[in-house]
Amino acid sequence: MAARPIPAPIVTVESEPFWNAARERRFVVPTCAACGKAHWYPRAMCPFCGTEKIEWRAASGAGTIYSFSVMRRAKERYAIAYVTLAEGPTMLTNIVDCDFDTLRIGQSVRAVFGETTDGPPVPLFRPA
Amino acid sequence: MTIKGKAYIAGAFEHPTRHAPDKSVAQLHAEVALGALADAGLTRDDVDGYFCAGDAPGPGPATMAEYLNLTKLRHVDSTELGGTSYVALAGHAAAAIALGKCDVALITLAGRPRSEGMATGTTPRLRDPNQPEAGFEFPYGLTTANGYAMCAMRHMHQYGTTSEQLAWIKVAASHHAQHNPNAMLPDVVTVADVVASPLIADPLHRLDCCVISDGGGALVIVRPEIAKSLRRPGVKIVGAGETVKHLAGGTFDLTTSGAARSGAAAFAEAGVKPTDIKYVSIYDSFTITVLIQLEDLGFCAKGAGGKFVSDGNLISGAGKLPFNTDGGGLCNNHPANRGGMTKVIEAVRQLRGEAHPAVQVKNCDLALAQGTGMQLGTRHCSSTLIMERE
Repeated sequence: MAARPIPAPIVTVESEPFWNAARERRFVVPTCAACGKAHWYPRAMCPFCGTEKIEWRAASGAGTIYSFSVMRRAKERYAIAYVTLAEGPTMLTNIVDCDFDTLRIGQSVRAVFGETTDGPPVPLFRPA
Repeated sequence: MTIKGKAYIAGAFEHPTRHAPDKSVAQLHAEVALGALADAGLTRDDVDGYFCAGDAPGPGPATMAEYLNLTKLRHVDSTELGGTSYVALAGHAAAAIALGKCDVALITLAGRPRSEGMATGTTPRLRDPNQPEAGFEFPYGLTTANGYAMCAMRHMHQYGTTSEQLAWIKVAASHHAQHNPNAMLPDVVTVADVVASPLIADPLHRLDCCVISDGGGALVIVRPEIAKSLRRPGVKIVGAGETVKHLAGGTFDLTTSGAARSGAAAFAEAGVKPTDIKYVSIYDSFTITVLIQLEDLGFCAKGAGGKFVSDGNLISGAGKLPFNTDGGGLCNNHPANRGGMTKVIEAVRQLRGEAHPAVQVKNCDLALAQGTGMQLGTRHCSSTLIMERE
């Protein structure tokens, strides 16, 4: 079955550093230089301490599935998921290169970049 | 300061249409407004407070006040909390009345997603490119259905909840809908029917999802003195709560909803507990929505929802906690993709003793309406309203 075409992400002035790194195939996680916490979705201000000192740190790419759902009512089936990163936060993503029927919560996954129709690539995950 | 006993629901009206290609959204708003005012025995000239949400055309209050030709307004409120807005607005109306900001509050809801051919639950929608999360959600194909489905999947993983248990929620709604001549899906279904229906987004089946319908509803809320001068049975607002729950920077739990907070606030204000409630209207965009809210409101322990809803426990006359006796969003209607209004309206019917005799709860003197707006799987608004028969 063909993979679902992924629409380009909207790049804003705030999320530009994340997407610039993605264009270089670097998966970064916004981390606060003041309180040390990583957050998701990426923003310019730390949601935990309010400081605007965000460092775009390289992520390990390791994560585990927190929850997922295979979308059956779609032209091309796809798996949406929340993946908890080794760095802490849980992010929305897709699980790809997998057998949809064997996905399970708690499964180890690894980040890969997936091409979008006309924008920077987006982080996806596949079974580790 | 409390709203307890400071305002009464004097008028309630649900549009009978489920498919309205021949009517405009503004017209539907106006028809339900006049319906609720007639139910209360009041007129447009009595209305000095107007409340609406994101379904109202254009900028909301200005457009609708002009269309309705409301000329006496001294208070307006267009708080937008998604599908639960009207549960919250009923509380806001009571607060405005308690503060003396208005005497007769009108709340309207209407829309026609069915006529407009909207694939409400299964199409990714980009609502506002300025939403800071949009770039991190839209590319992944987040829809209403698969967002709620991830809550169900996690609940099953964490607590052992099953598809059969979720199906009981739909079964109970269908038992009620068979008595509602306006219901879109009036046929009684079984657990087997639900789990045999096609999967939409794992683990949710087609019959775990609510209907898409046109229509609307309205409420009229008034000062106690005005309520006593009217002929309708008194329905007193005794408690309200609202909140927002979100992903908190990537640190969240999909098995708990904002109902935990909004419910606790409403129970505290009303001075009652879950076991006092005789009837509940629970927002039912999906079966899982009902289960999680029932737990969070304290009708059972967290994680025990699957057992609680099983074996017909939500069926009026058979179970311990009758819910959504109009058939709810799962079987009756979901006007404008927003189920909060009809939740309050059916609670009012129950408290007045005007529900269908086959589903009317005996001695129904205390009812609760609970709504979840927007997306349980990301960020959502929750509001709870507790009402008492005078």
